[in-house]
Amino acid sequence: MLELATSEGTTVAPQDLAASPLAIRGLTVSYGQKPAVFSVDMTVQPGAMTAIIGPNGAGKSTLLKAALGIITPLSGQVTVYGQPLDDRRARIAYVPQRASVDWDFPTRVIDVVLMGLYRELGLLGRVRARHRATAMDCLNRVGMRDFADRQIGQLSGGQQQRVFLARALAQDADLYLLDEPFAGVDAATEKAIIAVLKSLKQAGKTVVVVHHDLATVTDYFDHVFLINTRKVAEGTVAEAFTAETLQATYGGRLATAQIDQISRALG
Amino acid sequence: MSGAEFVPLSLTPLLIGIFAAVACALPGNFLVLRKQALIGDAISHVVLPGIVVAFLLTGVIAAWPMMLGAAGAAILAVVLIEAIRRLGKIEPGAAMGVVFTAMFAGGVLLLEQTDTSTVHLDVEHALYGNLESLIWLDASGWSSLLDPEALAGLPVELPRMGVTLLLVILFTWLLWRPLKISTFDEGYARTIGIRTNLLGLALVVMAAIAAVAAFDAVGSIIVIAMFICPPAAARMMTNRLERQIAWSVVFAVASAVSGYVLAGYGPLWLGGTDAVSAAGMIATMSGLILALTARFGPCRSRTGAPSQA
Repeated sequence: MLELATSEGTTVAPQDLAASPLAIRGLTVSYGQKPAVFSVDMTVQPGAMTAIIGPNGAGKSTLLKAALGIITPLSGQVTVYGQPLDDRRARIAYVPQRASVDWDFPTRVIDVVLMGLYRELGLLGRVRARHRATAMDCLNRVGMRDFADRQIGQLSGGQQQRVFLARALAQDADLYLLDEPFAGVDAATEKAIIAVLKSLKQAGKTVVVVHHDLATVTDYFDHVFLINTRKVAEGTVAEAFTAETLQATYGGRLATAQIDQISRALG
Repeated sequence: MSGAEFVPLSLTPLLIGIFAAVACALPGNFLVLRKQALIGDAISHVVLPGIVVAFLLTGVIAAWPMMLGAAGAAILAVVLIEAIRRLGKIEPGAAMGVVFTAMFAGGVLLLEQTDTSTVHLDVEHALYGNLESLIWLDASGWSSLLDPEALAGLPVELPRMGVTLLLVILFTWLLWRPLKISTFDEGYARTIGIRTNLLGLALVVMAAIAAVAAFDAVGSIIVIAMFICPPAAARMMTNRLERQIAWSVVFAVASAVSGYVLAGYGPLWLGGTDAVSAAGMIATMSGLILALTARFGPCRSRTGAPSQA
């Protein structure tokens, strides 16, 4: 535990790991024969907003799910605020991909948000007025207060995404991990979500987002993590979000014109 | 009907029918939502090898070894199904199909290859049970409910099914919240510390216990029907899981009571002379309720599609 070798062979001081909201070392995940994520190291900076970027099938969501213990990695270590994940679950909130659940499930918007209070309520704790007030407040923050009693299947995609974010807010965590929160949502929802994420950052929370829209990276995030099965680059947007790292991440899949455009935007 | 007739002849089969129906319908709610409803069908097939093995080991046809054999086979089957589903990363229906057909075939093979073929294993009994035979001959009327001597003569299926139902209710009540969260969103459930693999296994084991107890008392038809019909019908009555569970209990009880009464008296009302199988009629009534809710239930359309931007 005291000294961990990274894949480059350098060592990371233990205090860095202890301070990092999420530190991943040598993570490898495989579905069948080919690894989806291979020997990845990641050190999330506290208080930062980090985008995980890479082409389709590059292992972005897999990295997140393995870090959270949703899928079991072949190898690797994950620490959350310097401790094993299971000891630090209360400090993490996860927003899954919207399409990962069946929205026909018989439940209301408010009940989904109340799921975020599970750790507080326990198995048999009664849902009291203050719990409801917390849930309503979280819905308010994502602009969904008026929908509390709706069946979740009656919501649009963007509204569903905001409900998922409200559930994560109810957990009152320190580290927020979101899997493609902007995929297939309307412009109003994208605005609402990014406003909430920026307010989390202002409150000193750490935010990690699996993101696919390269055009908005510089506007939304201050750190990036580029992955294509292996880690390509990690750092501040200025350091790691460059034409070279993008070319290395996307290969021929990213049109040169698009890279030029992005590098011009970056100056 | 007077108490002197009703209590000895109809009270116990009616109660056993109700207990069995509710004990299967409660876990059925979660199984249907998890798209694992086929598990009832699977369990009622895999009990065959369990019963045959129990007979081969003990050499007697008796309730307890048979039930233990059936329960053992059912639990082995659900563990195999879960293992194949997770290791093979295939949908639950396919895993169930592989396991229960293979185990059922194994049971038939065992039956043919050993000298059990001389033993009378009654297919009709297995399918429809014999609810009508679970009568309480020691009872003389309502007062027998307070008479210890008469109570000692209760058919053993009644307390057995009652205890099973209590167990199912306790399970659902205690694990309600993690069951609901992990049925809706398994990945998220894991991140908040719910052991979803263990919980999923516990649910199917609970369902297997309910199925075997009900199977022993009332046959497999009721088991298969009650895992699916009352929960599916209940889903079409409401958009809230709490109310769905309540509706499923109402529908299970309604199927049991109406099925039992119709089986006993329906043919007479139609001018016939014989009664029909109560278990078959209960299953038929649950199917009828499902058909009615599918046509007239207020929440029968899938709402998953966005209704507005």
